[in-house]
Amino acid sequence: MVRPPGGGDIAVPSRRTRRNLTTYLVVGPFAIALAFPFYVMLITSFMSQQDLQNARNSPLWWNDPPTLKHYDFLLTDTQYLRWLGNTALVGGVVVLITLAAAVPAGYALARLSGRWGQSLAVGIFLTYLVPPTLLFLPLSRVVSELGLNDSLASLMLVYPSFTIPFATWLLMGFFKTIPSELEDAALVDGSSRVGALWRIILPVSLPGILTVVIFTFSLSFSEFVYALTFISTSSHKTISIGVPTELIRGDVFFWQGLLAAALIPAVPIALLYNVFLDRFIAGFTGGAFR
Amino acid sequence: MARRGPTGLRLRDRLEERRFLAPALIAPAVLFITLLVGGPLVLAIYLSFTNAVAGSLSGGFIGLDNFTREWSNPIFRDALKNTFIFVFVSQVIVLVLAKILANFLIRDFRGKWFLRFLIILPWAAPISLGVIGWKWAFDSLYSWVNWIGRAVHILGPGSEPQWTGEPKLAMAAIITTHAWRLLPFATIIILAGLASIPRDIEDAAAVDGATGWRRMVYITIPLVAPIMTIALLFGIVFTATDMIVVYLLTNGGPFNSTHMITTWAFQTGIVSGALGDGAAVSLYMLPILAVVAVLMLWFARRVEVT
Repeated sequence: MVRPPGGGDIAVPSRRTRRNLTTYLVVGPFAIALAFPFYVMLITSFMSQQDLQNARNSPLWWNDPPTLKHYDFLLTDTQYLRWLGNTALVGGVVVLITLAAAVPAGYALARLSGRWGQSLAVGIFLTYLVPPTLLFLPLSRVVSELGLNDSLASLMLVYPSFTIPFATWLLMGFFKTIPSELEDAALVDGSSRVGALWRIILPVSLPGILTVVIFTFSLSFSEFVYALTFISTSSHKTISIGVPTELIRGDVFFWQGLLAAALIPAVPIALLYNVFLDRFIAGFTGGAFR
Repeated sequence: MARRGPTGLRLRDRLEERRFLAPALIAPAVLFITLLVGGPLVLAIYLSFTNAVAGSLSGGFIGLDNFTREWSNPIFRDALKNTFIFVFVSQVIVLVLAKILANFLIRDFRGKWFLRFLIILPWAAPISLGVIGWKWAFDSLYSWVNWIGRAVHILGPGSEPQWTGEPKLAMAAIITTHAWRLLPFATIIILAGLASIPRDIEDAAAVDGATGWRRMVYITIPLVAPIMTIALLFGIVFTATDMIVVYLLTNGGPFNSTHMITTWAFQTGIVSGALGDGAAVSLYMLPILAVVAVLMLWFARRVEVT
């Protein structure tokens, strides 16, 4: 490459521009490829039946005017809203149970315990690796022995088994980043440990806790295997099983409604995810690498 | 009344002691996990030695019969093989692409927030809903993948592949969908690792005159290898234990050719109601998980030492 006369001063901005350009040239196609199925879902969900069935028409854009008919069908003629409500209810209860168990545990593991605490933390984390696909058979028996078959309560009971390990690990990471001088001051002033946790630590770590809330909620929102195994009545289903098991039936797929149903929850959840992603990374690595 | 005051105080002091307080704070979480992960795991092992069927917790003890019967079942053998192919191919694709993407995504640039949102979509969206998008992409009648293929003249008229109708293509469809979903996650993990590498090491290397491949071999790779391994270990677990993609995309078809351990366990244990048999099938996952867990422990200790 020919260097411009005068050297560095002029070369620097041009190098930066080229660097930026390659970044867009790499990241851009990745973003397009990864988001593309959602784009097609969006377009298709507004597509008229006639347009969809015409093999000559592009599936990537409307040839007939877009229609809201399928959204209308989804919201009025199916149990979609019911499933959304069920999912929100389960998610809310799971978040509460998870916080009640994981906040004290995460704090204790970050502050109070010594050597065995380290092993315990890793042990709790490892249970996150035991998958639903290994536990759904025995749990299906446990759930029916408890008389919780086909109820949302079965999901509220079982979901914390994977959200608690995950949340404890994240919260431990967050609590470690808070200087212990903060609660030491409170302890000197005569406050109890639990009091210090409640009044000093919790307010400071609110962003971290909010992150845990978001990710716990989205984990329980997306869960599939347990819900598929435990729930059979349509009106008790959650979104993630209701849409694929109730809206796909027989030979005639209501494709547009189906795709609309899949798209609606995906976007807000991904938005929340993106907002809290940096904090999530901080907590994750805070726990792992200190 | 008079005695309650001091005792209460002593109890409070007791609670303040680390030796009592820490276990008290940790107990609920540990109890919950023990009851709902440890218990069922033991129960799964017990069931796998019995001929229990749906609707009962007990059955006759039949030793290793379930395991040996499945081992000689051709569908199970295929499922085992498929699981390994699924894990291996998808992890190669995901790790290579995620590392490339992370290298660029760590930079600052205009519009990063929006591009990152698009990139994160497949992982953030509930997976069963994302798979529906791919069901549409691979549909036998309306596949837009095939439409694009025709539009750019890769596919001639009438030669459209039936993605979920032929074993090899069905595996390709499954792997594509899963890699699509896992790529954002691996990218996030690798990004986190790259961000935690202290800048001063690279700066020092630059000052010392380490450039090009020397810097790559002696500085960057040793620094990045641990986080790549973490991403790989998570990827192996998330892939080997996943059932959603296969269940929704092909449900093991065509002709049971794309079953994984997970979907075969579901088919056997829930759909056919052979609880003991299904438990045995799913327990074949345990060795994979054990290896990953041991490697993770080893890593955790290494990180602790350094």
